[in-house]
Amino acid sequence: MSHQVQAVITELRREFGERLDGLNAIHGNEIYCDLRTNNLDWLPRMCTFVHHKWHASFVCAWASDEREREGIYCLHYLFSLDPQDLFIIIRAAVPPELPEFPSVAAHLIAANWAEREIRDAFGLVPLDHPNPKRLWAHPDWPPHAFPMRKDFPLNSQPQRVEGDFEFHRVEGEGVFEIPVGPVHAGIIEPGHFRFSVAGEPIISLQVQLFYTHKATEKLCEGLPLERALHVSERISGDSSFAHSAAFCHAVERLAGIAIPERAQYLRMLYLELERMYNHLSDIGMIANDMAFLIGYAHAMRVREHMMVLSEKLTGSRLLRGMNTLGGVRRDLPEALFCSILSTLMMVHKELKELADLLFTSASVMDRLETTGVLTQKTARDIGIVGIAARASGLDRDFRRDHPHLQYQRIPFTVPVYESGDVYARTRIRVDEVFESIQIIEQVLNLMRPGPIRVPVEKIPGNAHALGYAEGWRGPIVHAIQTDAEGRISRYKIDDPSFHNWPALVFAVQGNIVPDFPLINKSFNLSYSGNDR
Amino acid sequence: MLKILRKTLKTGRVTTQYPLKLAEPPEGFLGKPVIDFTKADLGKLRLAESVCPTRAITMETDGAKSIVKLSYASCIFCGRCAEAYPEAIRITKEFELAAPLKEHLVRSAQFVAGKLVLVDVPPRQPNLEELGERAKKEIYRVFGRSLHIRQVDAGSCNGCELEISALNNPVYDLERFGLHFVASPRHADMLLVTGPVTRNMEIALQQTYEATPAPKLVVAVGACACSGGIFAESYASRGGVDKVIPVDVYIPGCPPRPQAILQGTLLAIRQMKS
Repeated sequence: MSHQVQAVITELRREFGERLDGLNAIHGNEIYCDLRTNNLDWLPRMCTFVHHKWHASFVCAWASDEREREGIYCLHYLFSLDPQDLFIIIRAAVPPELPEFPSVAAHLIAANWAEREIRDAFGLVPLDHPNPKRLWAHPDWPPHAFPMRKDFPLNSQPQRVEGDFEFHRVEGEGVFEIPVGPVHAGIIEPGHFRFSVAGEPIISLQVQLFYTHKATEKLCEGLPLERALHVSERISGDSSFAHSAAFCHAVERLAGIAIPERAQYLRMLYLELERMYNHLSDIGMIANDMAFLIGYAHAMRVREHMMVLSEKLTGSRLLRGMNTLGGVRRDLPEALFCSILSTLMMVHKELKELADLLFTSASVMDRLETTGVLTQKTARDIGIVGIAARASGLDRDFRRDHPHLQYQRIPFTVPVYESGDVYARTRIRVDEVFESIQIIEQVLNLMRPGPIRVPVEKIPGNAHALGYAEGWRGPIVHAIQTDAEGRISRYKIDDPSFHNWPALVFAVQGNIVPDFPLINKSFNLSYSGNDR
Repeated sequence: MLKILRKTLKTGRVTTQYPLKLAEPPEGFLGKPVIDFTKADLGKLRLAESVCPTRAITMETDGAKSIVKLSYASCIFCGRCAEAYPEAIRITKEFELAAPLKEHLVRSAQFVAGKLVLVDVPPRQPNLEELGERAKKEIYRVFGRSLHIRQVDAGSCNGCELEISALNNPVYDLERFGLHFVASPRHADMLLVTGPVTRNMEIALQQTYEATPAPKLVVAVGACACSGGIFAESYASRGGVDKVIPVDVYIPGCPPRPQAILQGTLLAIRQMKS
């Protein structure tokens, strides 16, 4: 056990000793901290303690239905201690006779959505929650059907009930509402936006999501792991590789195996390729949304080269079908290094020219700067992650803070901007593409011939593990729990979009309606990853 | 301004010649899996069936008779079946698989007492050069000058959206066929629908369909839209577009390549005539 793990455990024991049932560290950096039964009241206190003591950021929270085995529901609150590369998971039992718990979100607003999701999916009520509206469940979903409970069959079809969305109304002279969606004007995913405006400026935005909810987490319960892997590739199409890498990581930690070095480098290569094609596409779409079509055309042309390269390397333009439990499915022939490097050189040159076109144009800068500002304080308070966080001055990146694969062997910089506007979020993407290019060059340099996968044989029963990867949008965290036979009994998927959607509401305030598409695109959040 | 002009001139034309020139995928491309039923052994096919993540391969046994089916409507092109049984299943580079009927996307064979007795081969779809030329004529004839498309995401993972929006980029440039994406179903002649149709999108999809003026076409894009794909049917998913609205053409793929979406769209326009 590392010195740092020991220090955290000692501190937790000193502070909460008699309230704890268990305190143990597994998989190197996961510290599980179990509250004794009937000590649920201590849950918020413990979470805020961890948050303040180590400046730990809230990652996600989820519940699991353990009624069959232990007669309880279990809550999990996951925190990340970035400087120490540690995770603390606080667990607490909720008795089925009294399905409620004191809200942590009342003290730590970052847990707002997570607790509402727990309420909708498990029927466990967070008491004193600051905003106890429905989240996942649409108004026509029956109020007493809780789909993540084990006694709710995956294939049941509850009758639709009467009901309306709960939107708060902004009133005053000249104030009116603009409803948008769920079917949007562009080629994007479905969601509903409700603007309250007075003239052009937006007074408030309310977002109703979960139109694309596909029961992804429940679907994987009991599924053979290889099949669940293919589901994980389809959580959010633009992050196919990152999500499946996080899934594999969790399974490999469960099985207690380390994948071969070459497989780790290959995964890094594909993660960076995914980052590049998405960033390029976003730069293009941001240009498109400010009617700078020439920028759009060039960015999309360059991005198409990335898609062609991905297809050449993996057989799939979205890098699907490459990850496997214990490594990757196919090796990368040395002969292809050349086409990778030449494509990267071309992208480097083209993006430099494109950035020059964009950032020296007065009309572009006028649209980008001071538009859609997300302040650092708001970003920190509501728990923003990934590129949106780094554009608001929060220096966090799982590749550096929780080194996975071989990232600790490769020097790279994490671009951080302070202004929190659309400009910062665009600039970050440009910088990160250049960083990814140099990361890939180092990966190709360091990669030695060798095995690309190891067999994953036995998955232990009643075990749990986290898996994670820094996707292009932000950190992706998966938590897998197994039943007595080693099958998936609970699979929690945490996509960065789930944390960043609330940011949009703050970023658009005071901006004009025509800037909304631009601000929205600068976050480019996944609906499917959020809704699952 | 000068910089922009210089860059444009330097870049030149980038649009592909597809479909006049075919777009051969690279080596290792995960395309259509093909079962050689004449070489196949039932026991080993069962192994391929067991590794298929979407039940695209199914086997029904009734006494001595067995029917093996492979449906491209459900296939996500992961290549697991060919890994499990390489002697009889191979991954080809074929990717233009669109068909107007779901039955056309099924290959099946009958075995009696382990012996192959019948292989069912559906009709071939018209080739592409033909479709490209004919599509232009059809668009002129049926819709005047152009065909307007409304894309509807009925719960996809956004993979299909990435490839559909790629059709708008300068490389694929959909507009050269007179095809154009519009912002409202009221302006549309065709709905391009992705996703398994989630419970929460079902009503919105129906309303979008009703809002589209006749004559209208519906094209289901991707494994989820064709069959429910990996999400199949559940409390949250209806299991395919045709469970909710009538579909004119199915485009398999997970996601389909941009060229495959184009081919399916052109095929739908051809359907319009018949």
